[in-house]
Amino acid sequence: MTTGADAGRLSAAYLATGSSSFTDFVGAHAPHLLPSRRALPAGSTLEAPHGTTIVTVTYDGGVVMAGDRRATMGNIIANRDMEKVFAADEYSAVGIAGTAGIAIELVKLFQVELEHYEKIEGTLLSLEGKANRLASMIRANLAMAMQGLAVVPLFAGYDLDRQVGRIFSYDVTGGCYEEHDHHSVGSGSLFARGAMKKLWRPGLTADEAVSLAVEALYDAADDDSATGGPDIGRRIWPTVAVVGVQGVAFRSDEQLRGTVEAVVAARQGNPGGAR
Amino acid sequence: MSSMPFYVSPEQLMKDRADYARKGIARGRSVVVLGYDKGIAFVAENPSRALHKVSEIYDRIAFAAVGKYNEFENLRVAGVRYADLRGYSYDRTDVTARGLANAYAQTLGTVFTQESKPYEVEIVVAEVGDSADDDQIYRLTYDGSVADERGFVAMGGAAEPIETGLKERWEPGLTLGDALRLAVDLLAKDPAGGASRTLGAGQLEVAVLDRERPRRTFRRIGGGLLEALLSPEDPTHDIPAEDEATPGHHDTLTGESPRDESTNPQTQRPQEQDGP
Repeated sequence: MTTGADAGRLSAAYLATGSSSFTDFVGAHAPHLLPSRRALPAGSTLEAPHGTTIVTVTYDGGVVMAGDRRATMGNIIANRDMEKVFAADEYSAVGIAGTAGIAIELVKLFQVELEHYEKIEGTLLSLEGKANRLASMIRANLAMAMQGLAVVPLFAGYDLDRQVGRIFSYDVTGGCYEEHDHHSVGSGSLFARGAMKKLWRPGLTADEAVSLAVEALYDAADDDSATGGPDIGRRIWPTVAVVGVQGVAFRSDEQLRGTVEAVVAARQGNPGGAR
Repeated sequence: MSSMPFYVSPEQLMKDRADYARKGIARGRSVVVLGYDKGIAFVAENPSRALHKVSEIYDRIAFAAVGKYNEFENLRVAGVRYADLRGYSYDRTDVTARGLANAYAQTLGTVFTQESKPYEVEIVVAEVGDSADDDQIYRLTYDGSVADERGFVAMGGAAEPIETGLKERWEPGLTLGDALRLAVDLLAKDPAGGASRTLGAGQLEVAVLDRERPRRTFRRIGGGLLEALLSPEDPTHDIPAEDEATPGHHDTLTGESPRDESTNPQTQRPQEQDGP
């Protein structure tokens, strides 16, 4: 990867001491690989696929994150089975809304960042530490956000010290805010948030929280054309990650089929859904 | 008064540097790396729980070292950076022990000839394959020479008698318990011919690359599980397939809180192996 007189030798950046951040290392050694370091022509905007709605709900002992599967480009559905919720590491999940290409690259970088820290330091980052690392990555993306390529993630994880699930939201400038009980981002988030506000209560079980998240995504898809509803014909279900003391677990398609079908059936002749 | 310019032949210069590095390495305790039926095991005599001689580099690659701690720690971090950068810019499957061994060889070789002092280290880069035949173990010395070892390697102060013992007693397909007992038996032997020492679990640093684990295959072994594996009477001869249930970093197996399969966490969605 290096060239010059000592081709093949690990350059000084590899042997430098001090940093356990992968992003800092890449920024110093191979900045062209960072999404935020790419120069864009000034004053122009372009149309690229956008990811839409992500919801998170805390339950007694953790947090559930769910996302629809649609990506849109203007009025076109760019992708109908895209994954927008990822495990960041063993105890946290990240969901993305905004420019899909850059968002997925950021998630990949964030996953490597956390694993890199684990390997170098031999220990896990605290949940706040992870949330702050993600904030600095979003902050570095501000120039691109101003040209229409914004990425707004939602971060949720299990706090091993406090033994609760916690949610962190972001704005395009990299501001990181802790949210309580539930939160949502993306184009359908207003409708999802309304649904969650009415349905959420303390002491939910994991299954109730999953069902609540699916219900909220249904409401988002009901009123927002960019959010994909459950596609029973194609068997495309939302992506649902449950993060608790045991770590991250994704609900299988089979489990989700049951939850989604129950939510859809309950809405037959009752378009307002659960209340 | 200027000092007399002495001529030192390149042969003498290199020999002096090699002697210097060898002396530094010989002062430390040995490390044994050996294949077993389900992976590659690393056994180091190291009472420290924090300053490791064996570490994870990538999904299927680990690193073991003897010599000066600050120098091999520097190389370990460089290796993690190399592997993570390569995996990030290409794909996780494109990170190989051979590539890393080459990068280390170039680095050690350049330092040996160009810097004021060579690195006083010897390292092993090992990669676990899909079968024992695909396992790769590379041994690198202070001057940048690389050897592709089959099955086992010993390095450090008393490496030669250990290597001889391994040649006589190691065979493919050993269970983990047998492999660890063989390594500990050889590490405990006095190179001067005296009585063997007794090495307990507390004085050892043991880790494996477990062929059968998905994605990250590196696990340290400690506590009751290590004692059980080392005891010839105990029937335990392999590590459990699942990590521990204790919340936190799951890089160590102690056998104290087994977790059942249904609660094992996922770092990726099950049907996709390669992440986003």
